Amino acid sequence: MNTPGDFAIRARGLTKQFGELVAVNHLDLDVPTGQIYGFLGPNGSGKTTAIRLLCGLLKPSSGSAEVLGLDVPGATNELKPRIGYMTQKFSLYADLTVRENLEFIADIYALPRREKKTRIEELISEYDFHSQHKQLAGTLSGGQKQRLALACAVLHKPELLLLDEPTSAVDPRNRRDFWAQLFELADSGTTILVSTHYMDEAERCHRLAILDHGVKVADGAPVDLQSSTGMWVIEVLARSPRDASEALGALEQVVSVTQLGVRLRVLIPQDHKHPEQLVRECLEHKSIEASIERVPASLEDVFVATTLKPGKQQ
Amino acid sequence: MMFPTRLIAIMRKELLQLRRDRISLGLIVGVPVMQLLLFGYAINMDVRNLKAGVADQAGTHLSRQFVADLGQTQVLNFVYAVTTPQELEALLRAGKISVGVHIPPDFDRRALDGNRTAAALLVDGADPTIVGVANQLVNVPIRFDTGPQPVKRARSFEVRSFFNPERRTVVNIVPGLIGVILTLTMMMFTAVAIVREREHGNLELLINTPVSTGQLMIGKVLPYVLIGMVQLALVVTVGRYLFNVPVQGSIVHLYIGAAVFIAANLSLGLFVSTVAKTQFQAMQVTFFVLLPSILLSGFIFPFDGMPRLAQYLGEVLPITHFIRISRGIMLRDASIFELRNEIFMLLGFTVVAMTAAVMRFSRRLD
Repeated sequence: MNTPGDFAIRARGLTKQFGELVAVNHLDLDVPTGQIYGFLGPNGSGKTTAIRLLCGLLKPSSGSAEVLGLDVPGATNELKPRIGYMTQKFSLYADLTVRENLEFIADIYALPRREKKTRIEELISEYDFHSQHKQLAGTLSGGQKQRLALACAVLHKPELLLLDEPTSAVDPRNRRDFWAQLFELADSGTTILVSTHYMDEAERCHRLAILDHGVKVADGAPVDLQSSTGMWVIEVLARSPRDASEALGALEQVVSVTQLGVRLRVLIPQDHKHPEQLVRECLEHKSIEASIERVPASLEDVFVATTLKPGKQQ
Repeated sequence: MMFPTRLIAIMRKELLQLRRDRISLGLIVGVPVMQLLLFGYAINMDVRNLKAGVADQAGTHLSRQFVADLGQTQVLNFVYAVTTPQELEALLRAGKISVGVHIPPDFDRRALDGNRTAAALLVDGADPTIVGVANQLVNVPIRFDTGPQPVKRARSFEVRSFFNPERRTVVNIVPGLIGVILTLTMMMFTAVAIVREREHGNLELLINTPVSTGQLMIGKVLPYVLIGMVQLALVVTVGRYLFNVPVQGSIVHLYIGAAVFIAANLSLGLFVSTVAKTQFQAMQVTFFVLLPSILLSGFIFPFDGMPRLAQYLGEVLPITHFIRISRGIMLRDASIFELRNEIFMLLGFTVVAMTAAVMRFSRRLD
């Protein structure tokens, strides 16, 4: 099933404009089948719009997309039974119970009676709703709601799962469980497209695209992205990190300074040959005592480097 | 067959939600009963006990007898006795009386004359109903105990009242009220139906599933047809036993007429739901339709007596046609076949509104 070159989603030049605002700008996308593909980007970067374009909820202003071999939005109706979609906001019925919601979704996807029954029992045990299947969905906690939404989205065993910031209202522990379920689904052959603004989540994806103002600024496997930022990452441990941050931030060559507790992460383009020296001289000049070390880029550095660069250059 | 599964799923969900919504559930029963009690007891077109004042400047036996006769009609309730017509005017202006009776000093002579009016009625003309009643009082005769009787004029008409011989307002109100209640509840429920799903975010999920627009619309409407029928039964029963309003014609015909009317209202409500952006807007549009439904449908004012423009407006309201059906069947023992034109009109409404709703409903977000 997972032959290389087999793509669940292919998009070319996908663009969506709302009046003056270009929400998604010439997006090219290749999502391999059976993988977890991430959309990483800040709020308003076009993640939601891109997902809505891909499932046919929005009509692109230009460009084309092929999802599961079907033309979108042209063949949206044929696509619908084959995809599962989880909205950013909880979109199940708060005044129905867990089981009633599952039954409703099963009927909407027209599952045969016997299959419906076994599938719902399967999901109730798999997603741990044994003690809560009679509880109204509106009274569930954030993590439980998310679990229910995922259970409903996968009820009809879709080939492709589109998840729009599924864990934004979920605590870290529930997020771990949630991701464990996603990996299980991916192992069974489901392709998953998930948007997030959490670095740790993005790191778990097989591949990811970083979106900024509707533009894809980078894509690839997280490890590859980290090794090809084009930035040196210098970690500075200073006694007075705020002064050091101010001094380094003023340097023309420094793209960004991020404080993490007592440490600073300083990004310098790789066309600069001696980054440590630059930092050391700068701090000595201000007589700030510090230890300096070159470290490998984290995904957050990649994110900062790709999304902040244009701003600094202006 | 895949179609019924999805349709039934939507209907089931709608009923489940309604079952948990205690207030809406209460309104289904509460609105008809409350309105029926309110309209049944409060609205009374037979005007009685108007507050009146008298200025009897004649003070003769004849004039006192005349005032007593006026009081006997029960239309007037004399609460003030004054001495001049100016005082009557003052009382009228102050709103203390609606009718003033002025009997001039030469009342007896005028009464005998026959060419001149004997007394004057001063009427608060701001309310046309009161003027109408006052005009009836003109016919109260002056009774002479002795002496010559005035020549009796033959009356041109004798009025025979069909269908409601006791002239009880409630008999006319109940069939119309069925229309008002069904318009109010049916439109309200469906007008918010789609908007609510949109506001709660459910719609984004639904339009991403294989459920079709038609299944969604019809599945949302059908449960309320049932509820409308329950309301109809409620009003007819309460009207029968509390206000003694009969159903002269066939109850089956009444139900058929109501079913078509309910369908028209629900389709209209659905259309509103596809236009409105919020539940609040949907409510406002509902009331925008409701007010003319009460005023221009013939529910309160006789339809034929309305100005031409108002009649045209009335004709495009489903309730106007239903009131003709319900009054026809309940009061005049008409059959649905005699009223087929009204049925066709309602069917037309349903088709147009439903088509518009399905067309307006977008399965996309842009």
